[in-house]
Amino acid sequence: MKTVNQKAWFLVLPVLVLVAFSAVIPLMTVVNYSVQDTFGNNVFFWAGLDWFRDTLESERMWASLGRQLVFSFTILVIEVVLGVIVALNMPKRGFWVSFCLVTMSLPLLIPWNVVGTIWQIFGRVDIGLLGYTLGQLGIDYNYTQDAGDAWFTLILMDVWHWTSLVALLAYAGLKSIPDAYYQAAKIDQASRWKVFRYIELPKMRGVLLIAILLRFMDSFMIYTEPFVVTGGGPGSSTNFLSIDLVKIALGQMDLGPAAAYSIMYFLVILLISWVFYTVMTNLDREGGTR
Amino acid sequence: MAKITLDDLAHSYLPDPQGEDDYALKELNHVWEDGSAYALLGASGCGKTTLLNIISGLLTPSRGRILFNDADVTHAPTTERNIAQVFQFPVVYDTMTVRDNLAFPLRNRGASESYVAERVAAIARMIGMEAELGRRAQGLTADAKQKISLGRGMVREDVNALLFDEPLTVIDPHMKWELRTQLKALHHEFGHTMIYVTHDQTEALTFADRVAVMHEGRVVQIGTPSELFERPEHTFVGYFIGSPGMNLFEAEVRGDRAVIAGAEVPLGQSYGRPTGRVEVGVRPEYVRLAGDGAGLPAAIRRVEDVGRHKIIRLDVGGRNVSAILDEGTPVPADAGAIRFEPAGVNVYENGWRVKPQDGERAR
Repeated sequence: MKTVNQKAWFLVLPVLVLVAFSAVIPLMTVVNYSVQDTFGNNVFFWAGLDWFRDTLESERMWASLGRQLVFSFTILVIEVVLGVIVALNMPKRGFWVSFCLVTMSLPLLIPWNVVGTIWQIFGRVDIGLLGYTLGQLGIDYNYTQDAGDAWFTLILMDVWHWTSLVALLAYAGLKSIPDAYYQAAKIDQASRWKVFRYIELPKMRGVLLIAILLRFMDSFMIYTEPFVVTGGGPGSSTNFLSIDLVKIALGQMDLGPAAAYSIMYFLVILLISWVFYTVMTNLDREGGTR
Repeated sequence: MAKITLDDLAHSYLPDPQGEDDYALKELNHVWEDGSAYALLGASGCGKTTLLNIISGLLTPSRGRILFNDADVTHAPTTERNIAQVFQFPVVYDTMTVRDNLAFPLRNRGASESYVAERVAAIARMIGMEAELGRRAQGLTADAKQKISLGRGMVREDVNALLFDEPLTVIDPHMKWELRTQLKALHHEFGHTMIYVTHDQTEALTFADRVAVMHEGRVVQIGTPSELFERPEHTFVGYFIGSPGMNLFEAEVRGDRAVIAGAEVPLGQSYGRPTGRVEVGVRPEYVRLAGDGAGLPAAIRRVEDVGRHKIIRLDVGGRNVSAILDEGTPVPADAGAIRFEPAGVNVYENGWRVKPQDGERAR
């Protein structure tokens, strides 16, 4: 007769504990807050889906989401195009390769709040190099007062900070192309554009999709840099989702609405990432079998 | 189509080459006649691909000139030379269909669509890929991809020369024969100048009218297959071509006699008194087994029956020597010596062939 021994379940226990403390319990705490209300003193009331309904009806949330989408797609377009152009123009061999790689990695090594501080000062009209110079050139620039200038500064900062990442990934893709492809293209008398379109772009597609996914997720969650530079202002013109969320959660101590907000924020990121992922795997499959 | 002249050509991959050893391609003067099919034969790393890339303009030589007909193209870019080249490993444009791949070189030169369609159809028939024309090139097998590369090389009719860089390495053996035959047919039909790089002697000898054998960055001999076989100008040609290669014996040569391992051997012709490192080279086809001991003492170590003939492996004074015996001839049980057919004897001085004093023997 076969004996049944259930003791092996204990072997799974460490993983369960780890996952519980690292993901499940924190997430459930948020879920817990999102369906309750409180008047303080640690006394909670059941609120059902009211916070979700409130958040969905909040104009402030939709405005932040809109700004967030515009910001993410703007920097994605600029950084991907610029990154590819930079990668195409980097030397392929010799001393300057390491020089370019190191120089380009520098912005990636700077902590977020330091990047914010750098640009906060850089853009100031009284002492900042950028702000002061623009002022002297007669250009009316002031990121603390003009919404357009604030957007311009934040986008410029993000491009400065992250284009290198796209460029490095694209460069890795380019380096993997064997010389024979370029030689064959010369023999076939392909123009520079056709070399890019039919050799370089297809070979870079994989890494570019990863770059787009990374940059999308990261920029959609951006908090520290705009918080340091503009703090969401002027007015609420640079109030992105994370900044808005922190204002609700810590500024107003509205834990219930903030929890509902977080969950929906998380679901939006998950949804858009899933769309990107599906599109990119479908592109691959289409290429393989058609 | 063009006659290609290499004038005092040499190439080094180093920026400042000093001695001869620094050159991947040593000084070379040669004319590739218009409309001939050549094979460039040699071991890996002997400079074959370097030479090919210089002709197609992918590399600029360190020294010398290249002329197409009489125009100097040494510094002309690949595009201006109008050359087709097929590489060792397949290059296809993954995102294009097979049809667009084949049409690519023609469209880049602004050919009319009706002409493109006609050429693509002809080439697809030749490489046997008519059924796959509408398919994307990505995900095809390596030999299908290489057939596309070959097709792209052959699709232009007006090229100055067609260069092949070991193009059949990745292709199935039975397809190899078929494609090689088709290349040869193509050559007969259109008379392009063709240069075919390979390390496979069978491929070289069956494909080409004339074979250039390269060794350590130097072209050591250019000749017809039979010249390379009968009169190798360099010992490298002797042992690289032929299966098994030529037997080489260290010898002392005095006129028409040679002393090999203490035994005297008649050479049939007089070679004077060559100095330096002197060798006598005899192909296994011209080595005869002798029973009576008149000749070089030899002991049979092994007999390999390869079907159409037998290869006899012998020990001559501690050296390995091969002889070839017709399939029907029995191996003499008492063979204790070998003799050479005088017609098959060549004498080498420091690796290079010595001409007989009274002229070449008629064969």
